[in-house]
Amino acid sequence: MSRYNRHIILSDVGQQGQDKLSRAKVLVVGAGGLGCPVLQYLAAAGIGTLGIIDFDDVDISNLQRQILFGTESLGTNKALAAKGRLEDLNPTIKIEAITNRLTFKNALSLFQNYDIIVDGTDNFATRYLINDAAIKCNKPIVYGAIYKFEGQVSVFNYNNGPSYRCLFPIPPKEGSVANCSEVGVLGVLPGIIGTMMANEVIKIILEFDHVLSGKLLCYNSRTADISTLKVNRNQSEFDNVLDYEKLTDVYENESCEVSIKDISEEELSTINNIQFIDVREPHEQPKLEMKNCIEIPLGELEGNLNLLDTDKAQVVFCQSGIRSKRAAELLMKEGFNNTFSFKGSVLAIIESQKIKTR
Amino acid sequence: MQLNIKYFGRIAEITNCNEETFEFSKATISKLLELLFAKYPELKTKDFQVAQNQEIVSLETMVSGEDLALLPPFSGG
Repeated sequence: MSRYNRHIILSDVGQQGQDKLSRAKVLVVGAGGLGCPVLQYLAAAGIGTLGIIDFDDVDISNLQRQILFGTESLGTNKALAAKGRLEDLNPTIKIEAITNRLTFKNALSLFQNYDIIVDGTDNFATRYLINDAAIKCNKPIVYGAIYKFEGQVSVFNYNNGPSYRCLFPIPPKEGSVANCSEVGVLGVLPGIIGTMMANEVIKIILEFDHVLSGKLLCYNSRTADISTLKVNRNQSEFDNVLDYEKLTDVYENESCEVSIKDISEEELSTINNIQFIDVREPHEQPKLEMKNCIEIPLGELEGNLNLLDTDKAQVVFCQSGIRSKRAAELLMKEGFNNTFSFKGSVLAIIESQKIKTR
Repeated sequence: MQLNIKYFGRIAEITNCNEETFEFSKATISKLLELLFAKYPELKTKDFQVAQNQEIVSLETMVSGEDLALLPPFSGG
């Protein structure tokens, strides 16, 4: 087949290798900064079945790095938009778009259908969920994660190698480590890390030596330094997750059934008696000039519920709208039923310029 | 002995450098961290793993190598 000619003429791949690729089934969790380059190269390489799971829609701020999407995809579900682009890139493969959130309930049945799971998510809760569900299903994980100018890549649960929990046994508190939408990321970085992840997927399928298992590759895009650190397997981190059902508190954020009410700036005028809650850390800028606003960082909210007036509608905001959802979820669970998460939070306010900042 | 400590991600922002050298006598990694916490109090509140000679090790491990690294988890994607 001329489409894969450069693979087929490559020693160590050949027609046999290309056949392995076309028989392979790979699930990519998250079609964002990492997921896009992973999907692009895996589709081009002729991976026979590609699953894409993402519940989010394409936003204009994604286009700086999420290279499968264009202006026409704005507002479309990411898994569907990616499928559309990839079908043009390679119509000979099967692409399955899943528009739901990955949850503790659907993860096992979904993972069963694939050979390799790619972790391109943007939060710890889902990363631990992927780790635990993949161990339950005995599937290898190709992992990538980024922070500003740095990235990590590894392969977990592969040939008796370590898992994500062997590297980071204790899940960090949500909100304690910022993600891209809160601190920014240089667009090319997820491109580099995602491409390394696609490379590891292909090495696993082609049964190459030197798969990046038992090692964590750390890349710094400013210094071009690469450090590869050895990670040892800790059997107890495998035994513990076999009791998968008992670990749901870690994935709480994903499996929560409380539905969060979003409110936009325009809709604010429809509500009387509002209490605004800024759940950002004290150092985060800009501050907003608004009446009835109290500052309680997300991590301290639960211990300070007494500061809130139960007669008022609570409108929670943060920098980008991620932590405000968590805060709204917490308040709803605590019985503050008239709670809203401010859509787009401070970033949206800066853009509209209707509320003063200082 | 002289140690070279590398910092990654958020940790490097707290220390304001990617690496530095430290003079240290033979003891455990957690003893070494006490020194680092005294110099950078904010580190105490952060999650990270420690690597010695390019290998992730537990805090009870004796400092024996010259190369150490403090490695936080990243969530971004």
